[in-house]
Amino acid sequence: MAAFRSNIFMLAFFLCGFSVFVTGDFQEELVIKPLHSGDIYASFQFRTQWDTDFLLGISHYRLFPKSLGQVISKFSVRELHISFTQGYWRTMQWGQPFLPSPPGAELWVWFQDTVTDVDLAWKELTNVLSGIFCASLNFIDSTNTVQPSASFKPLGVGNVTDQRFLRYAVLPREIVCTENLTPWKKLLPCGSKAGLAVLMKSEKLFHSSFHSQALHIRPVCKDWQCKSTSWELRQTLNVVFDLHTSGQGKREWSLFKMFSRTLTEACPLASSSKVYVDITDNPQGELFELSPATPLVSQAVVLGDGRTYSVYDLTDHATFGQTHSLNVLLRWRAAEREMLRPLLHGERYVAGYGLQTGEIHTLVYNNHPYRAFPVLLLDTVPWYLRLYIHTLTVTSKGRDNKPSYIHYQPSKDRLQPHLLEMLIQLPPNSVTEVTVQFERALLKWTEYTPDPNHGFYVGSSVISALVPSVVAMDTNNTQERPLFSSFFPCKEESTYFMRIYTEPLLVNLPTPDFSMPYNVICLTCTVVAVGYGSLYNLLTRTFQVEEPSQGLAKRLANIIRRLRGVPLLT
Amino acid sequence: MVWAERHRGRLAALAIAAVVIAVGVPLWWKTTETYRAWLPVAQINELAQLQLQLSVEVEVVFSKGTLTAEHQKKIPPSNTRQEEHVVDETTRLRYRYETRYRTATIMEEDALNQSTAAEADISLHMLSESPSGSVVIYVVPESSTVLPEGVSVYVGQRRTALLRAGGQMRVAVALKEVLASLETWIKQVLQVMSFSHGDITAALSDRVRPGDRSREGLADSMRAFKSSPGYEITFSLLNPDPTSHLLHWDVEAAISSYIQPLLSKMAPVANFSIDSQILYYAVLGVNPRYDPTLNAYTLNADSLSHVINPVEARLGSSAASSNPVLNFLLYVPDSRHSPLHITDHRRHTVPSNAFSSPRWGGIMVYNVNASGTELPVDVHIDMRRVMGVFLPQLRLMLGVQSAAPPPGFLIGPCGNAGLADWELDRLMWTRSVENVATATTTITSLAQLLDQIGNIVINDNIAEQVSSAVASLQLAVGQLEVGNLGLAMQYSKEAILQSERAFFDPSLLHLLYFPDDQKFAIYIPLFLPMCVPILLSLLKMASEVRQRPGQGQAKKD
Repeated sequence: MAAFRSNIFMLAFFLCGFSVFVTGDFQEELVIKPLHSGDIYASFQFRTQWDTDFLLGISHYRLFPKSLGQVISKFSVRELHISFTQGYWRTMQWGQPFLPSPPGAELWVWFQDTVTDVDLAWKELTNVLSGIFCASLNFIDSTNTVQPSASFKPLGVGNVTDQRFLRYAVLPREIVCTENLTPWKKLLPCGSKAGLAVLMKSEKLFHSSFHSQALHIRPVCKDWQCKSTSWELRQTLNVVFDLHTSGQGKREWSLFKMFSRTLTEACPLASSSKVYVDITDNPQGELFELSPATPLVSQAVVLGDGRTYSVYDLTDHATFGQTHSLNVLLRWRAAEREMLRPLLHGERYVAGYGLQTGEIHTLVYNNHPYRAFPVLLLDTVPWYLRLYIHTLTVTSKGRDNKPSYIHYQPSKDRLQPHLLEMLIQLPPNSVTEVTVQFERALLKWTEYTPDPNHGFYVGSSVISALVPSVVAMDTNNTQERPLFSSFFPCKEESTYFMRIYTEPLLVNLPTPDFSMPYNVICLTCTVVAVGYGSLYNLLTRTFQVEEPSQGLAKRLANIIRRLRGVPLLT
Repeated sequence: MVWAERHRGRLAALAIAAVVIAVGVPLWWKTTETYRAWLPVAQINELAQLQLQLSVEVEVVFSKGTLTAEHQKKIPPSNTRQEEHVVDETTRLRYRYETRYRTATIMEEDALNQSTAAEADISLHMLSESPSGSVVIYVVPESSTVLPEGVSVYVGQRRTALLRAGGQMRVAVALKEVLASLETWIKQVLQVMSFSHGDITAALSDRVRPGDRSREGLADSMRAFKSSPGYEITFSLLNPDPTSHLLHWDVEAAISSYIQPLLSKMAPVANFSIDSQILYYAVLGVNPRYDPTLNAYTLNADSLSHVINPVEARLGSSAASSNPVLNFLLYVPDSRHSPLHITDHRRHTVPSNAFSSPRWGGIMVYNVNASGTELPVDVHIDMRRVMGVFLPQLRLMLGVQSAAPPPGFLIGPCGNAGLADWELDRLMWTRSVENVATATTTITSLAQLLDQIGNIVINDNIAEQVSSAVASLQLAVGQLEVGNLGLAMQYSKEAILQSERAFFDPSLLHLLYFPDDQKFAIYIPLFLPMCVPILLSLLKMASEVRQRPGQGQAKKD
């Protein structure tokens, strides 16, 4: 008992850590990481920082977008994290992303502890955000909102960790497209007119294997002493271009090939504007050739691993050379190499047959050769899959692995989903399997979504963990670090925080024939009418004693008798 | 025997018919009924016939030397004048002016002996404060030096006016004539200081079609925003070229020293929220034309209508509230299109270099001398100049009318707030009438809609909102009747809020819509086989009953 408590608190405490920035400003950054599969990963990060207090009346916006500022002050938001993702991040092929996100739309918000009616604020906030981002966030209601107790702790400064002020929702069915990208780009101070954002051409960005755009607002320390806070807005966009569809199968990438644009200037408002290219696996240029060459090299500890980056500083005019444009070119020399397996990895699928019951399997891989570490698993299952929680089993290496902490909130039909949160210790070099059986509920005929035979989505499981790092993490917060390595705050040298999402599930529910209600009405009415008709007839028909008619022989006999004058037969 | 059997059958058919009528039909009715809460229809219909009475309290104070001693004894304590106007078949207006007469006190006499009218106005205000909506008129003798030469009426900062007694006053014998000659002046003063019939009918434009109103008045009323319980004011600085200009504007200080006093004065009319933003790479929708004679770029008045749309996409709508937004844009042209001037229809440059768009806001072009060698050039914007343009535009947008005073009138300076008390009163008169008009139209059209479409569910909360809106409306009308302007404004704001909330309630949209053909398709399989036998046997019985008296007669025959 005490052990799991301390674990949770450690995680919570760790997440409440802080990072320090020197001034309030705007920074932009692009990281290009060649992936082992031959694909290429490009990650944009834009950070706007503002020393202000939104909760005081009048606001004068300079770099920070007004629409978001109004949202923060109106709904007393403390932290807001929203992501829109198209495609699934393939951890086994691509390694870890800088910022994870589940397929579809994800939104989690911490409200200030002054908010009295959190549910109402959440409802209005989702409606306003769906207007700002042109997304179907208005479909977030109590049936897909949960309050996780441990998985989503505030990432900014502050000491409120009461889950009453947290709301988390995922819409796995949400489809992300250009109409979501345009409002997102509009929030940047330079728009898409200057700086790195000129590369964001939607026809290229959405012609990719993975596209994820996110926005994170949180309070951060203004300086290293952390006496006052400022607001940080981070906008990130991650995209993976496919070797075959975007790269025509040639292992050669350039900015122009990826985005059909080149860079000509930095955003004049940015205090720092840099392009990083990951050259860790390529120290002598034996794997690929990078041109133009740059003398700047930066070392950073990212996701528990020391990485080396070539840096292009866009604020320096020399970067653009004589052509006044920068087109970073990567040309492969060697064939692909095996990637190291990621330390933590998750999978999920539905097992079973028929349309009555089924079983959800979640597999969590710990690929570390000798270290065991705990993970927090969060599952949100809609109410129409009725979980049999007594069938919950957690097994590692063939043995029962008892979770040290379970937080389960049962569903209520049409009101709230199942919430299952567990702290599981993963043994070294193991696969941990979590299974739970469920029954499929019958929905009311108006509750089916359009195209119900497609199936119903169940959002991704969230696995949060403190993973042992290969090299010592950089806990010195006073130092300026690249944006991509400074999002999750880091408190300990030996571990780093990681969150991964499993695949969303697509579950078939028993789907009726939708003309059925009318057929049923017709059939029952007919049956009732037939029954009623015979009853009515029986009750109202009048019965009379009819004179039995004489037989033909008798009548003939009577005629003959009349002719003969003999008395008739009766 | 046969007859008994027939009788039993008939009774059975009747009993089944009775059960169907007594139990089946009510059951069906009850289960398929839509819930409709009770609405105060009678009161709403009463409000549809709007009879507004506006009461103004006028106090006329005679100073020494304007009345003879004999007249002083005889002056009536008060006098009521009423005007009635029939605006259209459903709207009637009645103006009621209650005039009270008295002579000036000694302290007031002292105040009136000041050297200038402005000083007299201030010292008079120190003596007493009049409630909002009322007017105090001091009649000063013709020889008084308080008023400048040739000025008959001085309208002060507060709710007081100084009126020079006419020359005929000393000569006139009857007090009645004195008062009558004053009356024409008082009428004019009231038209300036509280309301004129034109203003009120303009405010009623929601209910009444604009008929023979003057073009100018129409333009004025079109320019101002519709009355709303709140406004969002946004100041945006557009910097199309951040590489060459680094703009600094101290908008915070400018707002607190120029805009905030006006808005806090107008707090009874509406809530205001202000913010400002800087937009980079925001360009106007029109390419300015180079004019070699001016050695500058020009934007003609004809092309101004195309300026706003591309900018508006960047402004960002107000996400957090549904109040109307007033936009004020300060545009600093980039160095390639600088200087930029706005020209009017006759191709003269506009001195303020600004224009306003009705019910939207204002745009000002601010040229800078970017002659620095090193880019970007630091530019500090002169906010005094900017606010000097935006403040009058804001006044116009908010509906503060600055109509030219009639001849012989002198309007005093309006003080720190940029708005005199009587100007606020004037605005409140029109706004409260406008609110009442809007709320009544909203409520009556909601009632009509609910009346026409029987399938709409009326929940209890809507009924409650409608009732409270009606109650607030009645209170507002009542307060206008007694001349309590502040309360009337407040109630009319509440009425408008509640009526809109009821009108736009999402639960009204959950319209239980069953098309009639579908309804029949569902009912026919059940109702047809059930009702046909019942009807047939009832018909048969009826025909038998009709035949039986005939049989009886035949037997008698």
